[in-house]
Amino acid sequence: MNELLKKLTEASGVSSAEKEVRILIRDLIAEHVDEWHVDAMGNLIALKSGTGAVDLRVMIDAHMDEVGLMVTNVDSSGLLRFDTVGGIDDRTLLGKVVQVGPQKITGVIGARPIHLLKANQRTSVVKCESMRIDIGAKNKTSAMGKVNIGDLANFITEYEELGPTAIGKAFDNRAGCAALIEILRGEPYPFDIIAAFTVQEEVGLRGAQVAAYGIKPDAAFVLESTPAYDLPTDQDISPNVVLGKGPAVYVMDRVTIQDPRLVSHIMRTAEKNEIPFQIRQPGGGSTNTAVIQAVHGGVPAATIAVPGRHAHTPNMMINLEDYTNFVKLTEATLHSVTPQLINRSI
Amino acid sequence: MNTLLKQLVETHGPSGFEDQIRDLILSEIEPFADTISVDSMGNLIATKKGQGDGFKIMIAAHMDEIGLMVSHISKEGFLRFTNIGGVSPLILTGNRVQFANGTLGVVYCEGKMFPKEVQPLEKYYIDVGAASKDDCPVQVGDAASFKREFVAQGDRLTSKSMDDRIGCYVAIETLKRLKNTPHDVYFVFSVQEEVGTRGAQAAANGILPDIGIAVDVTATGDLPESRILAVDLGAGPAIKVKDKGMIAHRDLVRAMRSCAEKEEIPYQLEVFEFGSTDARSIQISGPGSAAGCISIPCRYVHSQSETVDAKDVENAVKLLLSLLSGKIDL
Repeated sequence: MNELLKKLTEASGVSSAEKEVRILIRDLIAEHVDEWHVDAMGNLIALKSGTGAVDLRVMIDAHMDEVGLMVTNVDSSGLLRFDTVGGIDDRTLLGKVVQVGPQKITGVIGARPIHLLKANQRTSVVKCESMRIDIGAKNKTSAMGKVNIGDLANFITEYEELGPTAIGKAFDNRAGCAALIEILRGEPYPFDIIAAFTVQEEVGLRGAQVAAYGIKPDAAFVLESTPAYDLPTDQDISPNVVLGKGPAVYVMDRVTIQDPRLVSHIMRTAEKNEIPFQIRQPGGGSTNTAVIQAVHGGVPAATIAVPGRHAHTPNMMINLEDYTNFVKLTEATLHSVTPQLINRSI
Repeated sequence: MNTLLKQLVETHGPSGFEDQIRDLILSEIEPFADTISVDSMGNLIATKKGQGDGFKIMIAAHMDEIGLMVSHISKEGFLRFTNIGGVSPLILTGNRVQFANGTLGVVYCEGKMFPKEVQPLEKYYIDVGAASKDDCPVQVGDAASFKREFVAQGDRLTSKSMDDRIGCYVAIETLKRLKNTPHDVYFVFSVQEEVGTRGAQAAANGILPDIGIAVDVTATGDLPESRILAVDLGAGPAIKVKDKGMIAHRDLVRAMRSCAEKEEIPYQLEVFEFGSTDARSIQISGPGSAAGCISIPCRYVHSQSETVDAKDVENAVKLLLSLLSGKIDL
């Protein structure tokens, strides 16, 4: 069993409340890095010095936060109203078990039993505003003793492995965090690595912007999990990333055109080392590269991701061989980064 | 004008993949700039040092053009794509594209040859003449620009990518002709404007200018049933007062107008309901700057037949030169 993935995915860390994950990660990397600190937004920044062979500062970003819910009000009946934090499809919420607040109170997002539904109600989508988290409290006073307005709630999912597949929550982006931890634990690189375990990616790429501003790197790689969509389709026009074909390399999403020099370096590295990879569907989505690339005079940036099914729902799946190749590809890419790669001399 | 302009507009350079157009502009400006550099996003930055008692001014003209990016290759070798920048399905059917490696393709819509309704981008594909997926000369992630030749009919110049190669032309000419200036001028040939003025943001964060001026195209209001816009083709460069992304610094607008009036350069004032330019990024980058824009009136923007008037272009150069050559009162 991959203990690292298990520990990381089971930890609670909805955007803005990443403390538990941050402490967990800090404890896992502290003895492997030269120094670490936490910045004003809660990003965990750590330096892994290089051998001195190459004069570069490379930032590697992996966001710690997961999507979840926030309590917005408590009804007189003791039921909790909530809003989503990050992009969540309302349809994936009904009937789910969540954990609320620092005391980790278990709650259920109640769904009306089928016995009590009229035919037309069975086919309409229930919106998040109509849903409530039920923690079994008798009334408002009783509920307020255990939870508070503003408390964050995350899904509860136990990590399991089934053959080559791992099932759990928040592979987006604990898989990226796990890969970054493995990189920090490995042998030193020719140049300095500044690892940034960042906050609040899911609500607008916010932590990474601040982290990059402070780090001022020469280049940056973002480690992520990207949605896989491999349900069967009739037409040969529906491109997307699938499980089992290796890590996915970003070329362009909705907010970033990844640096083409870094992109082709990653692909050449994969080919040279015979690591399978896929080209991540151009067009939609976003990663922290968007904000990292704009700081100061600009930073060349690219994203490598492990495919994950059912992203932003309580149960995700990844292929463990994809994850292993994801780590391999990142390590191999980093080992062969040179200043010439990102040089802009004329 | 036309020889250089033809080269500029016909060169391949969709957002994110501006190498070829950057090389062309570099060779054109190298003998005239005090310093030249390329920043990490690929912006080409040429400076002209001033006498020292002026402002730090950033002039931005974007090198990139709209295009298409391959997202999938079918078993039969047809390419599906996503848009790079604002691409309407209406300008696709039967048009041609080019890739960096020289591959040409025809864009067409699946199904009925001439459907009654406009089809979404997902229904379109590019045919590069491949027999199958394995036989295809391009891959997923490759970027294409439109292929269409430059034509001149008197003063009317038509081509793909007048947006914003015409702005690049104005910046190049200004750089070549600028002799004495109190200001330190940074001519930035920017990248990735069409996908969100991204290059200008990074460049401005690096340069931290006092004044930022974009040179870009704007639409005209002189076409049949066109939206209200007090800009006509041939009536002079437009001094942009406001667009969707920026309200120009009022003193800068005033300074531009007084230069135009002093030198008897025809000009128009532009208030554009839509669109934005690199100026919006420059205005709010770092500690911010006084921002404005000189627009080249252009018909048929974001089609393969963008049309400008040579007199407007020459007058834009004159206006920019006049502004940069003297003191600016802010």
